[in-house]
Amino acid sequence: MNSLVVSPSPHVRSEVTTQELMLSVIIALIPALVVSVIHFGLGAIIVTLTSVISCLAFEYLITRFFLKKKSTIADCSAILTGLLLAFNLPANLPIGIVIVGAFVAIVIGKMSFGGLGQNPFNPALVGRVFLLLSFPVQMTTWPKPMGFATKYIDGETGATTLAMIKNHFGTVPTDIDLLLGNMGGSLGEVSAVALLLGFAFLLYRKVITWHIPVTIFATVFVFQGILFAASPADFASPVTHLLSGGLMLGAIFMATDYVTSPMSKMGCVVYAIGIAVITVVIRNFGAYPEGMSFAILIMNAVTPLINTYIKPKRFGEVK
Amino acid sequence: MNEIVLYSVIALGVLGLVLAVVLYIVAQKFKVEEDPRIDQIVEMLPGANCGGCGFPGCRGLATALVTAPNIEGLRCPVSSNEVMQQIGVVLGQEIKAAAPKIAVVRCNGTCQNRPKTSKYDGAQSCAFAATLFAGETGCSYGCLGCGDCVAACNWGAISINNETGLPEVDQDKCGGCGACARSCPKGVIEIRNKGPKDRRIFVSCVNKDKGAVARKACTAACIGCGKCAKVCAFEAITIENNVAYIDYNKCRLCRKCAAECPTGAIHTPNFPPLPPKPAATPAEPKIATAEAPKVEVSEQSKTDNTNA
Amino acid sequence: MLKTFNKGGVHPEANKLSAQNPIQTANLPKVAIVPLGQHIGAPATAAVAKGDVVKVGQLIGTATGFVSANIHSPVSGTVLKVEDTIDVAGFKKPAVHITVEGDEWIETIDRSATLVTEIKDDAATIIGKIKDAGIVGMGGATFPAHVKLAIPEGKKAEFLIINGVECEPYLTADHRLMLEKTEELLVGVRILMKAINVNKAFIGVENNKPDAIEKLQKATANSPEIEIVPLKLKYPQGGEKQLINAVTGREVPSGRLPIDVNAVVQNVGTAFAVYEAVQKNKPLIERVVTVTGKTVANPTNFLARIGTPVSELIAAAGGNLELTGKVISGGPMMGKAMSNLDSTITKGTSGLLLMSKEESVRPEASACVRCGKCIEACPMGLEPYLLSLYSQKQMWDEEEQNHVMDCIECGSCLFTCPANRPLLDYIRLGKNTVGKIIRSRKQ
Repeated sequence: MNSLVVSPSPHVRSEVTTQELMLSVIIALIPALVVSVIHFGLGAIIVTLTSVISCLAFEYLITRFFLKKKSTIADCSAILTGLLLAFNLPANLPIGIVIVGAFVAIVIGKMSFGGLGQNPFNPALVGRVFLLLSFPVQMTTWPKPMGFATKYIDGETGATTLAMIKNHFGTVPTDIDLLLGNMGGSLGEVSAVALLLGFAFLLYRKVITWHIPVTIFATVFVFQGILFAASPADFASPVTHLLSGGLMLGAIFMATDYVTSPMSKMGCVVYAIGIAVITVVIRNFGAYPEGMSFAILIMNAVTPLINTYIKPKRFGEVK
Repeated sequence: MNEIVLYSVIALGVLGLVLAVVLYIVAQKFKVEEDPRIDQIVEMLPGANCGGCGFPGCRGLATALVTAPNIEGLRCPVSSNEVMQQIGVVLGQEIKAAAPKIAVVRCNGTCQNRPKTSKYDGAQSCAFAATLFAGETGCSYGCLGCGDCVAACNWGAISINNETGLPEVDQDKCGGCGACARSCPKGVIEIRNKGPKDRRIFVSCVNKDKGAVARKACTAACIGCGKCAKVCAFEAITIENNVAYIDYNKCRLCRKCAAECPTGAIHTPNFPPLPPKPAATPAEPKIATAEAPKVEVSEQSKTDNTNA
Repeated sequence: MLKTFNKGGVHPEANKLSAQNPIQTANLPKVAIVPLGQHIGAPATAAVAKGDVVKVGQLIGTATGFVSANIHSPVSGTVLKVEDTIDVAGFKKPAVHITVEGDEWIETIDRSATLVTEIKDDAATIIGKIKDAGIVGMGGATFPAHVKLAIPEGKKAEFLIINGVECEPYLTADHRLMLEKTEELLVGVRILMKAINVNKAFIGVENNKPDAIEKLQKATANSPEIEIVPLKLKYPQGGEKQLINAVTGREVPSGRLPIDVNAVVQNVGTAFAVYEAVQKNKPLIERVVTVTGKTVANPTNFLARIGTPVSELIAAAGGNLELTGKVISGGPMMGKAMSNLDSTITKGTSGLLLMSKEESVRPEASACVRCGKCIEACPMGLEPYLLSLYSQKQMWDEEEQNHVMDCIECGSCLFTCPANRPLLDYIRLGKNTVGKIIRSRKQ
């Protein structure tokens, strides 16, 4: 007789795996990628490919030769980091800078803390913020959407909507343009419609819950709405803010990163409110036109605190 | 321009001075008086914080040694007698010498001796596996092989041998702190005297089943036959619950019992081979393949004994 | 909107392969091995010795102490020996071994099929009879039934909840019992109501058993005191606290018992056993056991005597052990994997589940990505990832502060974990250790 397996219950498990969850997020990013290729052409493809490939390569090299462990690239999390990093970069960024960003994201942002699940900050954002501070000129030179073009570096450049609002110049695109992504900006953040499509897919696949994105949208809308109502001349409308910059991308794909967001639902709401408030403050009163990345990183740092103090309500809790 | 530099230097200098004074006052005021001997003893202790002494760490023991009115029984089980003597010198008291200890694994249920009847698939924790089931083999007393002892050891002295599936103690590294013995849910590991020239004799089995049942589950099990107890001239061996136990304080390392054991459950590490039959007692008895000839030889030596 | 419990829960694949197969009486074993500890609490003391001739229903083990249960002979024959046997997990347990000769029952048992609806006994007599008959919780927990029915001083039961949920995948024993023994079951429920002096009983049934719900509803059309509550499909609805919450909306406070929210919960199997014990004088000597799984040719619901070897029932259902990697006593969510198929059916064996080799092995665990799915799934509102971590790091104080003792070990966290981490393994270890620490503190 063959020997029986003895294992503790439960003896069945759900089909969902980490790899599958990561893949779902990657699939959810595809519409936004398509839109950005339509708007920015070859540049979008080059930046995305460079970022994804170098993230994978760095993770492989680190696990294989530095940590001498089994390579973990099969869990797809490095692909996701690469994609998200690319989505936060302008489409005409030189390849070298993209690789530096990928290095910082994977090696410093993720692997130095112990790999997937251990990093306190969203690796893609660590990479992006590093680039933003190190290469401010290249990182804020945005290509203008020009239809599918084969030009990479030499395209016509322009400012983002938020920069126009902040510095009071240029024609701010209409809300419809913002919705479709017909504006300057990082390659993944431009089309709100494509990102919302991804959001719907993630909700449908139960990869994320509504708590973080919806709370961010609502808080930004309310907070910016108050500012707008108080002084329409100084502040842009809440709708423009919702649809422009990295807000959609950040709220749906970056803030909801499993590793760096709080565990309980209540904690997620607090975390999301924090992100939204910090974003609105930076956008309206700070030195930078966009504050989403900073806001998420700041709240990432607060996450352990939130996890400690905001616990899920227990069944039959005795007060 | 020069003024700016000047003012900055002055401002910083004054700030540094003020803070230095504040720090000095605070440091004086809140100074913790501690016996300097504690630090001295901590230096002498191994510093692995293994907990073998019963205190939460080396510093705990050092504090206890310095403050306790009676240091009887307080010692680092891992440190050599020389080190303990030196500590005694620091304290101005004498610390009695004690026999060095070592952990021994009292299970010989290698993959070969103890055929598997089931396969465990769960968290790699003996403590948990022990609550789930009796073990992968017919023996419900032996080593589970998940390595809680390995995790408990602060010295890197114990490791699971992949071939036998059993933990092995590195006698050069093991100081006998007992962390592994405490971590073992089956009580398989015992702390025994290291013995002169690292020679020691012990029953490598804790199976309390009756002989036939134990033997069926594991060919190297102690079957509680009592032959060893009969042959022992020093009354060092007792049989309780179908398993033999050798009292290391009484044992004189004559090895008669090992020769007598029909299953080879009595282990005698670091002895030279017995003179008449070179293969009788292997130098490293933990190697499973050496078990079979041993049984044979033991019967021969039994006849030798009766003749003599 | 169907009722269900308020927190967490998962949806494992139901796989009720034997739902449409009527209960069959299993063959008598050649030798019945009847363990003396088939319940939570102290094992019974053997009341027979080697060579004694016993009849079906004769007392062979006497309860020792309050939380314990009598054991009766499930077969007639000669006592071969009173000796330790090896249980499902390989541990030794005291047992009575009986060589089966014929099938002679003691005279006091009413073996006719007539339905006795009139309840003559008063509450004390009923509880006495239940105690004498050695009835335990038949859902798998095997807590002696008379202990649960003895309402502590100063507390009052408001209603009885009968657990017909059977939320474990694969198992259909309770389902068949509700379909085939509906009337007997309802008499059992009335007896239990009388025993604890309540005027209201709920029978909770998950809505994946529409036939049972319909049959029960028809049978109770004229008795408003018994209400059938169809429940939304969700695991672990059959957990005592979850069922109370689903049916009444009340939450049993942490560390307390159902009676603290004035409820008493019993399984349908227990209710049926109570009917037989009180109305027919028949002790608990047999039970319905589902033998099922993907490597079983004919998944069957057997009415099997206690003490029947597991291997015999598996063979009778056409189980292919060559293809089987794991045999589980109970359901796949909370059942115990067996290491010994020579062990026997006990009062708590609700099913035998055979899993194919591929199904048996756990997928490799990867890093925790802190997705929080275990928190979402936990019906007790705990943080499984944290409890598991504290246990792994042996931080027992933190483990206790995070309420590890509230865990009901339902397995929802491990079921849902996308990284396949052995969450519940470590939580169980933590619960065990913290339990020991708490007990030692009380001394």
